[in-house]
Amino acid sequence: MKGMVPNTLAVFFGLFLASVNAWPALAQQPSNQAQAAKPQNQSIEIKIGYLRAYAPQLALSVLDIPPGDEGVAGANVAINDNNTTGKFLGQKFTLDVNEVKPDADVVQAFNDMIAKGDRYVLADLSAKQLLSIADIARDKGVLIFNVGATDDILREEECRVNVFHIEPTRSMLADGLAQYLIWKQWPKWVLLFGSHEPDHLFADALRRAATRFGGQIVAEKEFKDTGTSRRTDTGIIQIQQQMPVFMQDLPEHDVVLVADESQVFGTYVPYHTWIPRPVAGSAGLVPSSWHPASEQWGGSQMQNRFAKASGRRMLSKDMSAWTAVRIVGEAAARTQSDDPKKISDYIRSDDFSIAAFKGQKLTFRKWNLQLRQPIFLGDRTSVVSTSPQQGFLHQVSELDTLGVDQPETKCTLK
Amino acid sequence: MLRRSCAMAAGLAAAVFAGPACANLAYVSNEKDNTMSVVDTATMQVVKTVPVGQRPRGITISHDGKFIYLCASDDDTIQVIDATTFEIVGTLPSGPDPELFVLSPDGKTLYVANENDNLVTAIDVESKEVTAEIPVGVEPEGMGVSPDGKTMVNTSETTSMAHFIDTETHEVTDNVLVDTRPRFAEFKPDGSQVWVSAEVGGTVSVIDNKTRQVVKKIDFAIPGLRSEAIQPVGICITADGKKAYVALGPANQVAVINTDTYEVEKYVLVGQRVWHLAFTPDQKTLITTNGNSNDITFIDVATDEPVQSVTVGQQPWGVVVSPN
Repeated sequence: MKGMVPNTLAVFFGLFLASVNAWPALAQQPSNQAQAAKPQNQSIEIKIGYLRAYAPQLALSVLDIPPGDEGVAGANVAINDNNTTGKFLGQKFTLDVNEVKPDADVVQAFNDMIAKGDRYVLADLSAKQLLSIADIARDKGVLIFNVGATDDILREEECRVNVFHIEPTRSMLADGLAQYLIWKQWPKWVLLFGSHEPDHLFADALRRAATRFGGQIVAEKEFKDTGTSRRTDTGIIQIQQQMPVFMQDLPEHDVVLVADESQVFGTYVPYHTWIPRPVAGSAGLVPSSWHPASEQWGGSQMQNRFAKASGRRMLSKDMSAWTAVRIVGEAAARTQSDDPKKISDYIRSDDFSIAAFKGQKLTFRKWNLQLRQPIFLGDRTSVVSTSPQQGFLHQVSELDTLGVDQPETKCTLK
Repeated sequence: MLRRSCAMAAGLAAAVFAGPACANLAYVSNEKDNTMSVVDTATMQVVKTVPVGQRPRGITISHDGKFIYLCASDDDTIQVIDATTFEIVGTLPSGPDPELFVLSPDGKTLYVANENDNLVTAIDVESKEVTAEIPVGVEPEGMGVSPDGKTMVNTSETTSMAHFIDTETHEVTDNVLVDTRPRFAEFKPDGSQVWVSAEVGGTVSVIDNKTRQVVKKIDFAIPGLRSEAIQPVGICITADGKKAYVALGPANQVAVINTDTYEVEKYVLVGQRVWHLAFTPDQKTLITTNGNSNDITFIDVATDEPVQSVTVGQQPWGVVVSPN
């Protein structure tokens, strides 16, 4: 964050404090009612925690190396946005960022955050780490916002009553992609998947999407990770020879699907296929919850604000974290409260919706607390399309054509 | 832009009333192809296409009809266009990415929403100087001014508030929470109420200008359309204050609302992604901009029937009609 922002805010605060008379007794304001709110001179502080498992990470392309503040930068912009609104309502938001190593035990770090008074915690953790704190959080009245894990199991068998999922699931991402390929009438796919667990899970989601939307996976092939380094001085020579050979025995197909969350081979597939075919999934046309080039639906305003604050483009995890912090801010503004119970009730109510530059309001699936949202489909430079695609209809919300729908859910909130 | 043209009609209705269809010119900003279409409202034909700055959006006209003001969003400026020669004769210091603005009733001040800085900027149109910067909520957008010029309302999209601003002191006096992503604010011609559309919330909040409380929230329901597709944006209220028209974006329809009962009496099918609206000065016709079908629709205000759609430039955004 640039040093300017807090200064500017401070000036604004000063202006308002000087200019406006106080509004008494916040507590008397009823929730959900649009109220004339006078600027405040007494702030309620709402502390939002951020718990992340992070270590610098390599990628096949240097352009894909996640920035060190991925996610956190989005949360910070949302804190500023909440505070701009909060200055009219007497609410002040702060962010408490805590970091652990990937695969580390997070219980201690989480307990420390609770001890510091965090009642709303964004979690950018693995599914296993998230589950290790979910029930502790529930017993302490803490709400968790999952901004990192796409695992369907967290919304299904292992769903929790106090865990809101902002990040889309693998099945939502796969369905968004599959709808587009079907809309294009490119229904015959081959599936290449990596040998690590996340790759297998994404491959499962793509298989499920094929079944749901009438795609046909005519062949599958696993790319084994044999422990090669990701960068060598002349590696491209071998890649150009090896990748086509890996794909030469595949039957006729329209699209090559790639499931390689682990970044072992996916980036090398486009333009190295045996026959000329488009690539989609973890490479080529990639489904995501945000795209750094999206400017539709007021998105350029978000992008400008984010770029100005963080000095880089906004990525999906930044958007998920921004949305999570805004959800708390929205509920605090509407309820005029910092009480986790009231805020939790409001987020679960029919009155709740959030705007996140995706062309329509986003709401939660009440049966598993997953945020409904459109899925962006883009390549490295631009947004190609957004799903749900035209013609995929649903009796409740067309957004529910993406991912596991209520009749199929295995979730019982507990 | 349009809101001025609507309010202006209030003043002009008495003067111009009920002659033969007067030939006014409508000016349409075409967001995608950087042009302004000039349309004869009597013949409903495009008479000229004027190249303008990049990404033209908000558009309004001086009360004497001599100058068109146009937000050239991607050029970070407001262009002043001579309404006779259609030449760009000057620019105003809008700040980055201007989108919407409103001209004060005395025609001297242009109030501009600056989304990047969460400010409303007041510009003296004669001296071309910034006379005030007023901090508001996140992503200021909709701008309305009361007929007496004393109160200005700005809506901030991410904050979801209507900010009431005293135009003399330039201070925010009231902040009213409305539904998500408020886009537009329109005063009733008698100044008693402000109508604020919420694009993502899908509602219009009617705010009493005395108490600064929401007195009514108007919902929309169109058979066969999911609620997410109903996204209210532009609002126009007739000079007699009896009917309000609300553009519903990707619902491709304009709602006609009885301002006494707040009931939607009709949905008028226009073009795709209907965004903004303007009356002709005689109040007989309402013009809509339909962004995704590249056209504008003329609606007969007496019958609320669409009369004709006319192809303009790419992605028409705003519209204003000359007062004379």
